[in-house]
Amino acid sequence: MLQTAPEGDPGLYDFSPYRDRPRVVWPDGKTVAVWVAPNLEYYEIDPPANPHRKSWTKPHPDVVGYGHRDHSNRVSHWRMAEAMSRHGFPGSVSLSIALCQHHPEVVADANERGWEFFSHGIYNTRYSYGMDEAQERRIIEDSIRTVRDATGQTIRGWLAPALTHTPRTLDLIAEYGLDYTCDLYHDDQVQPVKTRTGRLASIPYSLEVNDHYGFFVYNMSPREYADALIRQYERLAVEGEKSGTVMCIPLHAYLIGQPHRIAAFEGVLEHIAADGRAWISRAGDIVDAWRAQQTGDAA
Amino acid sequence: MSLDPSYLEYPHRKRGYDHDLYPWSNLHERPPVTWPGGKSVAVWVCIDLEWFPITPEDKPFRAPGHMQTPYPDYRHYTSREYGTRVGFYRLLDALAKAGVKASVAANSAIAERYPEVIADIMAAGHEIIAHSTDMNGTIATGLDEADERALIQSSLDALERASGTRPRGWLSIARSQSWNTPRLLKEAGLDYCCDWVNDELPWRFNNGLINLPLNHELSDRQIITVQQHSAESYAQQMTDAFDWLEREAKESGSGRMLPLNVTPYILGLPYRIDAFDRLIADLAARQESWFATGSQIVDAWQEAPASSG
Repeated sequence: MLQTAPEGDPGLYDFSPYRDRPRVVWPDGKTVAVWVAPNLEYYEIDPPANPHRKSWTKPHPDVVGYGHRDHSNRVSHWRMAEAMSRHGFPGSVSLSIALCQHHPEVVADANERGWEFFSHGIYNTRYSYGMDEAQERRIIEDSIRTVRDATGQTIRGWLAPALTHTPRTLDLIAEYGLDYTCDLYHDDQVQPVKTRTGRLASIPYSLEVNDHYGFFVYNMSPREYADALIRQYERLAVEGEKSGTVMCIPLHAYLIGQPHRIAAFEGVLEHIAADGRAWISRAGDIVDAWRAQQTGDAA
Repeated sequence: MSLDPSYLEYPHRKRGYDHDLYPWSNLHERPPVTWPGGKSVAVWVCIDLEWFPITPEDKPFRAPGHMQTPYPDYRHYTSREYGTRVGFYRLLDALAKAGVKASVAANSAIAERYPEVIADIMAAGHEIIAHSTDMNGTIATGLDEADERALIQSSLDALERASGTRPRGWLSIARSQSWNTPRLLKEAGLDYCCDWVNDELPWRFNNGLINLPLNHELSDRQIITVQQHSAESYAQQMTDAFDWLEREAKESGSGRMLPLNVTPYILGLPYRIDAFDRLIADLAARQESWFATGSQIVDAWQEAPASSG
């Protein structure tokens, strides 16, 4: 049964202003947990239509749209991943699950680097809108099984495919034992999420500094985007002295891994790695460290 | 509410692509590519030279840069003509000053209407790539196959008549192809197209046609017109890209390519052209740059073992 949203509130969490919160402390006294979330995606060239959202704006094949995404899996994934590895940043991968079948080389590379995987749906061209509960369970079960087979890892998190949700998604992933969601953008700290069963945390995914937002919503140049990331980092590192903050850098290799952007971005990684206040980590480790400090219902 | 059961079926979920147009390949694991003189980075300037009829037809879609106001849109018709009359010559001068050759992706309407422009391109030693007929000559799935074949033929024929040379390369308007396009381009005898932006070196379709990727992200249209950056920022982004590719070429031992896709009515304006002048002069002076036409790059790539993969 679908949840309802009485008076327009989807009932995801209790309101909690950014004042006098219990102190969260990150390992070694670091003030800001920094995680990098590469979206390793597969977009289908000729996907079936979802009645609630179009995949491509043009008749298939959308050569530029498809080719742009394909750049990740031929060229820019390795460029981005090498830059991350050079400065000690693991990835927490938002994975189009079918990439395990299409280009296992990309998934294996991420796994060998010690990156964590969470589900971003089967394809970024198959949306959750309109699914019934059984259909939604199938994509969750498919995600768990496929990533386990491909990498040996058990996924712990979810970022809805192309950010398409249903009102039951969070309850269902919690029921299957997943313990974090990247779909809620209400805070700069890890927060508990209300679900029917299980224990779900919202980890900040920092959508506003997503490379897609930087380049195509705010039209930043590569150097302006790098400056924005450094300012985001500097502020959260200071505020984290009171209680640990989280900064995510959500990426798409076909954007950040372009030759005119990657050097400026590598400068950001260098800056954060050298600063000393960052706990450079993975999503699951951040949720674990937060969970261990919770008392009461959230513990 | 539920979706049709077929929405959760994935008939193409298998190793490799969900199409059979071309095979997957990782740029970083291919055999090395060597450019003439052992240079690290091929710099490919490709100028889009276009004629926009004042009567857009929208079949199958309206090209970027086309008319916007109710008829007669003198504003956009003449601004695009400005590119061909004035801006294009500023670009040619910048290339001549630096002593470098480029590709010009020309609508065949340019050849029919302004043969003197084609003569100037040929006299300067640049290459002409076929870029459809005019800016109503857009391609997408739904365009009748016979019409698409005729469009390709008529573009190639008119450009050959005016230039004396049949173009070896093809650039679709907005890089938009139909399912038939790679096959029709191969049938028309073309060596390469420039529409697929999925790579940074040439690669081959399963039918033998070559794709020479003309990265739209690095184009003046994307950076200046879409993202609204200055010409100076554009030039800096191209310099940053060159520096990165040079470093990557040295570390990998394989040549890299920087495509500069530029538009006369965008970069050819008086307040922007100096940035392009300086960019070309700077890159041409670099020890590791090899300025080349599309055909020269394709030919050098075909010499390398990577081209068989």
